[in-house]
Amino acid sequence: MNDESKLDVAPPYNAVARHGVSPKASHDEIARFDFLANFNKFMSGALAPGNKLAYDVRVLPKFEKEHGREPKDRFEIRRSMNDDPFHQFWSALKRNSMEMRQQNGRAMVLRQIDELNAKARQYNEGRETLELHPEIEIPRYQSAVDIHCMPGSYHGEEHPGDISAGANYDCGIFATTAGGLGALSDGGGQALVEWIRKTRPGWEPRRVLDIGCTVGHNIVPLALAFPNCEFIAIDTAAPILRYAHARAQSLGATNIRFIQANAEDLSRWENGSFDWVQTTMFLHETSGKSLPRILSEGYRVLADDGLMLHLEQPEYHDGMPLFEQFLRDWDAFNNNEPFWSSMHSLDMKDEMVAAGFSSDELFETGVRAVVDREIFPEAPTGEDEDHGRAAYWHAYGAWKNSSEMQEAAE
Amino acid sequence: MSDAAFDWMAAANKKAKGKRPEYFANPEDDRMLSILMAVVGEVSVLRERMDTVERLLETKGTISRDDIESYVPDKQAAYERGAMIREYIYRVMRGPHQMVDELRQAEPPVEDVSRELREI
Repeated sequence: MNDESKLDVAPPYNAVARHGVSPKASHDEIARFDFLANFNKFMSGALAPGNKLAYDVRVLPKFEKEHGREPKDRFEIRRSMNDDPFHQFWSALKRNSMEMRQQNGRAMVLRQIDELNAKARQYNEGRETLELHPEIEIPRYQSAVDIHCMPGSYHGEEHPGDISAGANYDCGIFATTAGGLGALSDGGGQALVEWIRKTRPGWEPRRVLDIGCTVGHNIVPLALAFPNCEFIAIDTAAPILRYAHARAQSLGATNIRFIQANAEDLSRWENGSFDWVQTTMFLHETSGKSLPRILSEGYRVLADDGLMLHLEQPEYHDGMPLFEQFLRDWDAFNNNEPFWSSMHSLDMKDEMVAAGFSSDELFETGVRAVVDREIFPEAPTGEDEDHGRAAYWHAYGAWKNSSEMQEAAE
Repeated sequence: MSDAAFDWMAAANKKAKGKRPEYFANPEDDRMLSILMAVVGEVSVLRERMDTVERLLETKGTISRDDIESYVPDKQAAYERGAMIREYIYRVMRGPHQMVDELRQAEPPVEDVSRELREI
């Protein structure tokens, strides 16, 4: 809000932009997302500070009395906080908010699933830019639990060949981020466009690989910004790719080829065949052994002078207070993100070096969602931050054997 | 696909794979809170619908269901409706909200205060 005297309220779901495969929202479906968007704001703004208070006032003193020391890691804090009545209630409310978001999104999508599938077919049938490979197996790290409590995860289908998983994922992000990602929930992709133009003005990558693209939120803005570049977007889940391809086509991003593939094996692409290899909010949905494989395959297919970039929430470095680590871990155990905690305790610099980069090629930067601030709010960070889904990311990047970017950095 | 028998609302209720955490000592409390939160959400939906009807009636006199379904608030109305939902949330969430105050300032039981007042 520009006017300082106004209350901090979420934008209405009506402000969400429609594209070729958007579900049509009824009045009450809009109202359900309006409620959740504002409820999530209340949860992170008015209620969440109670967690730290409960910790300082009773959980930590009790722990110290029992153990004669402070908690040594975020797991000990979590186990103690899980016995605290305030944290229990806050977590239970938040879990319900996540489940309601899924129910609301699925009800809207499934009510009109035949129409949505028909719309998607118009954009998908006979197009070379959508390549599905049913032999691709859903990896265990995608199938062990339904990620972010999304029934059926990214690969589930209600009708064979449908797009319900993608449509549900897309429509509800507004509610969980209270509009923080903008009209097309693509504030992350818009931020990448702004970032690359500032970081390397005039650069025209020839070929870009987006790994774990889901519905294409983050790749479509790049594809529109670089119309002469060829984009390859891969994911293991067919339903989400069908949706992503139709969505991208309807938004005019016809230079993206969506391919069902597992990034642990990029053998169909030769060494050095991409100028830019990236993931956005994806690596935390992989696993301990697949993450390094994905990074080293990414390094192999990246050309000299090319960019590798990964957007994630910040890692749990030694300087991050244990209590903050515990709060940031909430989604891991309460919102079905089983690799979240382990991933954020990795040192991504070490992982990038293990993948093949030298440490002087690495960089880190912060990236904030780029959205229309007339309508959509800036995601709060600090005290009011909704940890885990703030529209503000940490970028881990590297330029491969690039003398130009090396000089620019110095 | 014209599958008339597809029960989309039942399908929308599908449970996500992965054991649900138990937040309270009594599992029934978890169930009850999920029902209560659904009702809290649906009351908000009713209020927003009523607001739509009132706004349309103010400008049009008579309205149809289509008018309600296709209503899009302008910027001012969108803000007012957001503020209305926010106010509603603060009203129903008084209990948990006051838990935060309790944590900020620990207070003795009123029984203790009563005893104290007897003596002063």
